Amino acid sequence: MTGAIGYNFAYLDEQTKRMIRRAILKAIAIPGYQVPFASREMPMPYGWGTGGVQVTAAVLGPRDVLKVIDQGADDTTNAVSIRAFFRNTAGIATTTRTSEATVIQTRHRIPEGRLHEGQILVFQVPIPEPLRFLEPRETETRRLHALAEYGLMQVKLYEDISRHGHIATTYAYPVAVEGRYVMDPSPTPKFDNPKMDNSPALQLFGAGRERRIYAVPPYTNVRSLDFEDHPFRAQEFAEPCALCGAIGVYLDEVVMDDRGRRMFVCSDTDHCETRRAAGHRGGAFGL
Amino acid sequence: MTNVPLLSVEGLTMRYGTRTGCADVSFDLHDGEVLAVVGESGSGKTTLLRLLAQELAPDAGRVRYRMRDGGVRDLATLDEAAQRLLARTEWGYIRQDATDGLRMSVSAGGNAGERLMAIGMRHYGQIRGAASDWLRRVEIDPARIDETPQSFSGGMRQRLQIARNLITEPRLVLMDEPTSGLDVSVQARLLDLVRGLVTELGLAIVIVTHDLAVARLLSHRMMVMRRGCVIETGLTDRVLDDPEAPYTQLLVSSVLAA
Amino acid sequence: MTHLPQLALEDVGKSFTLHLRGGVRLPVLSGLSFTVRRGECVALGGPSGTGKSSVLRMVYGNYRCDEGAIKVRDEGEWVDVASATPRRIIALRRRAMGHVSQFLRVIPRIGALDLVAAAGRDSGLDFEAADARARELLGRLNLPARLWTLPPATFSGGEQQRVNIARGLIGNHPLLLLDEPTASLDARNRAAVIGLARQRRDSGCAVLGVFHDAEVRAALADREIDLGRFTRVVAAEAV
Repeated sequence: MTGAIGYNFAYLDEQTKRMIRRAILKAIAIPGYQVPFASREMPMPYGWGTGGVQVTAAVLGPRDVLKVIDQGADDTTNAVSIRAFFRNTAGIATTTRTSEATVIQTRHRIPEGRLHEGQILVFQVPIPEPLRFLEPRETETRRLHALAEYGLMQVKLYEDISRHGHIATTYAYPVAVEGRYVMDPSPTPKFDNPKMDNSPALQLFGAGRERRIYAVPPYTNVRSLDFEDHPFRAQEFAEPCALCGAIGVYLDEVVMDDRGRRMFVCSDTDHCETRRAAGHRGGAFGL
Repeated sequence: MTNVPLLSVEGLTMRYGTRTGCADVSFDLHDGEVLAVVGESGSGKTTLLRLLAQELAPDAGRVRYRMRDGGVRDLATLDEAAQRLLARTEWGYIRQDATDGLRMSVSAGGNAGERLMAIGMRHYGQIRGAASDWLRRVEIDPARIDETPQSFSGGMRQRLQIARNLITEPRLVLMDEPTSGLDVSVQARLLDLVRGLVTELGLAIVIVTHDLAVARLLSHRMMVMRRGCVIETGLTDRVLDDPEAPYTQLLVSSVLAA
Repeated sequence: MTHLPQLALEDVGKSFTLHLRGGVRLPVLSGLSFTVRRGECVALGGPSGTGKSSVLRMVYGNYRCDEGAIKVRDEGEWVDVASATPRRIIALRRRAMGHVSQFLRVIPRIGALDLVAAAGRDSGLDFEAADARARELLGRLNLPARLWTLPPATFSGGEQQRVNIARGLIGNHPLLLLDEPTASLDARNRAAVIGLARQRRDSGCAVLGVFHDAEVRAALADREIDLGRFTRVVAAEAV
C-alpha cells in the first residue's frame, strides 16, 4: 500500500495532517463550531473540494476504503478525479459501495442508506458561515455564534416565507447542532438534513478557501431551523425512481432526448444499482 | 412610579488620544423623561450616546441602569451577552443614518421583526402580525411590509428604524440626530410620532440633536455640551428662554426664527 | 381650603447677564416678597420693564431665580422652585400650576383641540375627560368649531391666544399664572376670559397675573403689587 513515488501518504506532509487532525478533534469536541485551520494549496482549484480533500487526507489510514460522490454519483468528473487522487497518493482501496466504505467524501449529498458506526462522511463546503447571507462582517458573525444570537438566521427564513409563501431554501438549509451552534450543512439538499440527525457516522466538514473545519460527532442532535407555523419539511417526490422504483429517495431529473422526454432517477447511483441488483425495477427500466 | 432613576450616569469620561470626547458627564434619567443633548458638531454628543450604549468603553465613570426586576446594575459589570440582550430588549438606538440602523437588503417586515426573532419568537404569523402592527403605528402602509428599505424615502426609513427598535417595547431609546437630513414636513411627522410614543409607552429618551427646535418640542430637560463638557443643564424651556452660560446664549441667539 | 397660602415669594432677586454684550448685567428685581392665597387674585403692577412677566416666568420655573425662594404648595408640601430639580418642577407644573403665556407655542401637525386636551392629559385627566373639558373651554372661549381640528400655526393672534388660555386653564391647578391673557382679544372674548378666571378664583384657585387692561384688572384682581418698588436701581456693573 504505497502511494505515488515522491509524495507522502495521502499527499499532505505529516505536520500538516497533524495540524488538520487537531482542528478536527477540536471540531468534534465543539459540535457545529467552525474551527479555523491553515488550509493548504491543493493540486486542484478552489471549489473542487480542496477543504474536503484535506480533511480526507488527514483521516485516511492505509486500510481505509474510500468512496467519493458528487451529487450522489460516483462517476462524475469531480468524484472520479478525487478518487484517483487518493488511489495514487495513498494507494488505498476505493469503492462505490456505501456500505463497504470507511471514509466517504461527498459533495452535495448524503447517501440514501443509513450509515453505520465507524464510517466517516466528509463534506466539501464552499461557504461555511450560515450567517454570511445577512452579516458580511466575520467579527460580527463570530460574536453572534459565541453568544448564540441566532435571530438573524431566523430573519433569513422569515424573508423566504415572505417572498415565496414557504421556506424556499432547498439546500444549505441551516441546522442547530446539539441545541447550540447553528451550522451550514454545505450545499446538500434539505432532503438530507434529517439524515444528519443522530447519525451513527462521524460527519466532518471542510472548507478550503474559507479555512474552516467543523464536525457533527456520531449520535448528535441536528435540528433544522423553522417556524412553529412553517415547520421544516424535506422535499417530497411525486413519483418513484424510473430505474429502480425506489420511493422516498432524492431524485435527479434526466433529460432523455431533444424532444423533451425526461425521467427521474435516484441521485444516489450506488443505492439505485444495489436495488436493481436485488431485482427492483422502475417504470423506465430497460428503455 | 419609582424614584430610582432608570439610568444614572456618573463622571463619564472618554478621551481620544489627547482630544476629549466626553469629560465628566453626570446625569440621571427617569422613566418617561426625555433628555436632549445639544451642541455643535464635535461637542461630544455622539460619543456620550455611544458610551451609554456600551459601544465605547469610558476611561472613567460609570453608567448604572435599573433592570426590570428593580435591581440597579453597573453596565460595565454585565458580561457581553447580558449587555447585548439588554440592547435588543430594553433599549433602542435610532441612528442618524438609517442605513446604519437597518438591514437594507431585508424587507421592512424582516427588519421590524428581527428583535422578536432574536429573543426567541418562532411563530411566523405572530412575528409578521406584530411587524405589520408596528409599521402601521409608524405610519408606513403595511402593504409595503415585503419591500426593502432601499425603496423607502428618508423619513420612512427613520420610521422603520423606530418600529424595528420599539417592537420589543424598550424602556430607553437613544436617538442620534434622528431628524437631520429630512424635509421639514417629514421632520414634523417624525417628531409627532416620537412625541406620541413617549406619552403612550412612557419611554425614556436621550436624544442628541443640534436643532434647538427639536429639543424644545421633544425634551423635558436639556444638556448643552461643548468640547466634551456639559456647559449648562436644566429644564428645556428654562435653558432656551433664560440661558445662563455664554455659549448657551450664543447658541440660542444663533437660531434663525421662522 | 381657601385663604391658605398657595404661593410665597421670599426676598426674590433676578438679573440677566448678557454675555454677548460683553457681560453686561441687567438687574431686574431684588427683595421681592409676597404671598398669594387660595381664592385670591393678585395683579402684578408697575411700569413696563419692571419685570412683571419675569416674575411669572420665575414662578413657573421658566426663568432662573437668582436670589431668594419661590415656594409653591403641592399637595401639602412646599416646593421651592428656585432650588427644585427639573423633574420636581415638571411634576409641579403637572399638578400644581397652570401658566398662560403671552404667545402660543404651536406644535406641527397637532390640531387646536388635541393641543388643549394634551395639556389636560398632562395634568392627570383621562382621555375622555380631557377631550370633553377641552371642547367645553374652546366653546366658552368662542373659538369657531371649524378651527378645532386645525393646527393653530395659521390662526390669528386672538385665536391663538384663546387656545393658549384653554391650555393653561384645563388642568384645574391650584395656582394659575396669567400673563396678559386678554392682550389681543376683543371685548366679547375678554369677557369670556374674565368669566373663566373668576370662576377658577372663586372655586379656590390662587391667581397671579399681569393685566395691562385696566378693565380686566379691575374685574379680576383683589389686590395689586407694584413691582416698581422692588426694581433694582443699581447701575450696570462695570466689566
